[in-house]
Amino acid sequence: MYNPSQPMPSNARNPCRYLSFFVLILIGLVVIPLLYYTGQISIETVNMLGRYMALAIMAVGLDLVWGYTGILSLCQAFFFSLGGYAMGMYLAHHGGPEGIVDAAGWKFPACLYVVYPYAVGEAPADALVPWFWKLFYTLPATIVLGLLISGAAAWVIGYFGFRSRVRGVYFAILTQAITVAAWLVFCMNNMKLCGTNGLTRFDRLAGHSLSSDNVKMALYIMTLLSLVGVYWLCRYIVNSRLGRILIAVRDDESTLRFSGYKPHNYKLFAFTLGGMIAGLAGMLYAPQMGIFTPASMEADKSILVVIWVAVGGRGTLSGAVLGALGVNLFYNFLTTAAPEYWPFVQGALFIGVVLLFPGGLMGLITSVKARLGTWFTSGRGKNSSAGNVGAVAEGGVR
Amino acid sequence: MNVMSRVPPFNYAEESPKVNRLWDKKFLLFLEDISAVFDGFKALDITAMGVCHRELRVVIGPNGAGKTTMCDVISGKTRPTTGNVYFDGADITHEGESLIALKGVGRKFQTPTVYDSLTTYENMELALPGHQRLWSNLFSRSTAKQRDRIMSILERVRLADKAKTKARQLSHGQRQWLAISVLILSNPKLLLVDEPAAGLTDAETELTAELLLELKDEHTIIVIEHDMDFVRQLDSFVTVLNEGRVMAEGTLQEIQQHEDVIEAYLGR
Repeated sequence: MYNPSQPMPSNARNPCRYLSFFVLILIGLVVIPLLYYTGQISIETVNMLGRYMALAIMAVGLDLVWGYTGILSLCQAFFFSLGGYAMGMYLAHHGGPEGIVDAAGWKFPACLYVVYPYAVGEAPADALVPWFWKLFYTLPATIVLGLLISGAAAWVIGYFGFRSRVRGVYFAILTQAITVAAWLVFCMNNMKLCGTNGLTRFDRLAGHSLSSDNVKMALYIMTLLSLVGVYWLCRYIVNSRLGRILIAVRDDESTLRFSGYKPHNYKLFAFTLGGMIAGLAGMLYAPQMGIFTPASMEADKSILVVIWVAVGGRGTLSGAVLGALGVNLFYNFLTTAAPEYWPFVQGALFIGVVLLFPGGLMGLITSVKARLGTWFTSGRGKNSSAGNVGAVAEGGVR
Repeated sequence: MNVMSRVPPFNYAEESPKVNRLWDKKFLLFLEDISAVFDGFKALDITAMGVCHRELRVVIGPNGAGKTTMCDVISGKTRPTTGNVYFDGADITHEGESLIALKGVGRKFQTPTVYDSLTTYENMELALPGHQRLWSNLFSRSTAKQRDRIMSILERVRLADKAKTKARQLSHGQRQWLAISVLILSNPKLLLVDEPAAGLTDAETELTAELLLELKDEHTIIVIEHDMDFVRQLDSFVTVLNEGRVMAEGTLQEIQQHEDVIEAYLGR
């Protein structure tokens, strides 16, 4: 019977539930650096793991948007790239070579100098660094702007999409179209965003050389901590009452209106937060990658994020991390061993998960756990009876 | 006020919001010249219809009579082509669904709509009044008082032991109960209950009727129903809709003797 003095079970915290996550943090924070400092793995491997964790951050954002709120977004990679471009512009400002200055005396970023779209009659000596590049000259401004711009882009898309009640596959198509349009814009030389070449010559971050091993390790640790922070933020949200409303939006948006809720506000919240998280991921990814090009916002990149979340298991948050890291590590392994098979494996992975394991890896783990649980309880029963028999036998011998 | 009768037939010509400023002393809800046209088909055509404060009104009518469309118009799901909906002293014709809900119109749909992935308890929690804004939901938790209220309602409808069960796993009858419980918890001024007895056993139907009659003391209720036994149990004023029009209003006995009604509905 219900006992009012006890909190409701839905709010109950089970420490064991988070055990696997703590183990993963331990591996990331202790085991990986230990392996590196004892020479078992190279700094390039650490750097690669750091990049994959940045991608996992983006996947966690998508899980909040898609897994919990039910909005299939195909522009997560666009928000990621907005963050990446913000950080990339900062890094390009402070990269080599020195000595190239514009007419006003600003140091010209090398990647922009190479593909600068001069106006007719404009001499190279008259060229100016565009005003929007100058916004990203300091690191704090870059971080704030990177989050704000990716969030604002998501807010605008969401505001108009959700207000007009664009839903389901139509919203997915809309977001994909916007991503492709943005990709075309970023590819244009005239936009002074370095065209298809992208942003290059990332040398220093806050005065530290990016080629140094210690800086790479520090970036890896920062990415890991950001992943943990983003995960806990999202975990807090989905455990709150707000999280249950997000699930209600996914289950039955129109009924929610008749309870006095405005579902579009809740969708806008999740979508904007998901966009900002992707922006953060992009900002962490850029310095570890060393280059940032429009290729990172091509249409298929956003679909990849959806695949990671689906493979890991949507609506679980941990599944997004697991899927992003797992698929990328597998990609890394297979493209080394047998690169020509990767597209087929990737396709098979997605189709297989959708058809055979709709719950993804997390669903698989849960069902295996449940099966093991019944097996263990029945096994323990046998063991204890066997133990009793043994004790009796021992007693008998004695 | 004594001049105005609290039982149908009402003198709509003198009491409608357009001609009588004191209409809201008597009526909680008033539909005036409402029509809803879909692709040239007139689904609803109500000249005047009022529901008094704390009245339990039963709306009956054959399939396609416009009963559900009427609920859609009141709750803001469908905009009427012409006419006005007045509720609680104000014109709500052009308001959105969520605002109408916040003003105090609660609705249970024909097929019980619950959130499948949430537990019974969580479904109830979402209906608590006063928590519909986004930011308050991020930090607030339900109080012990709210929990007790939820559990007492769930116990009343025999769902207390299902509090932790996902709504997906509930039976049809239990889903009906949950949908009604959600409506009761949200404590609206007007309850629109669309076919509460559909798919329920006789015993369950009886309990539903009991509950609705209990609620009548503090709420205004419009019940849409097919099941004549259920209507008999409610023993309330009845409005008969037919082809989108109000055909008759009165007590069940009056209605059952009404020739047009016998022809259109009961006689079959």
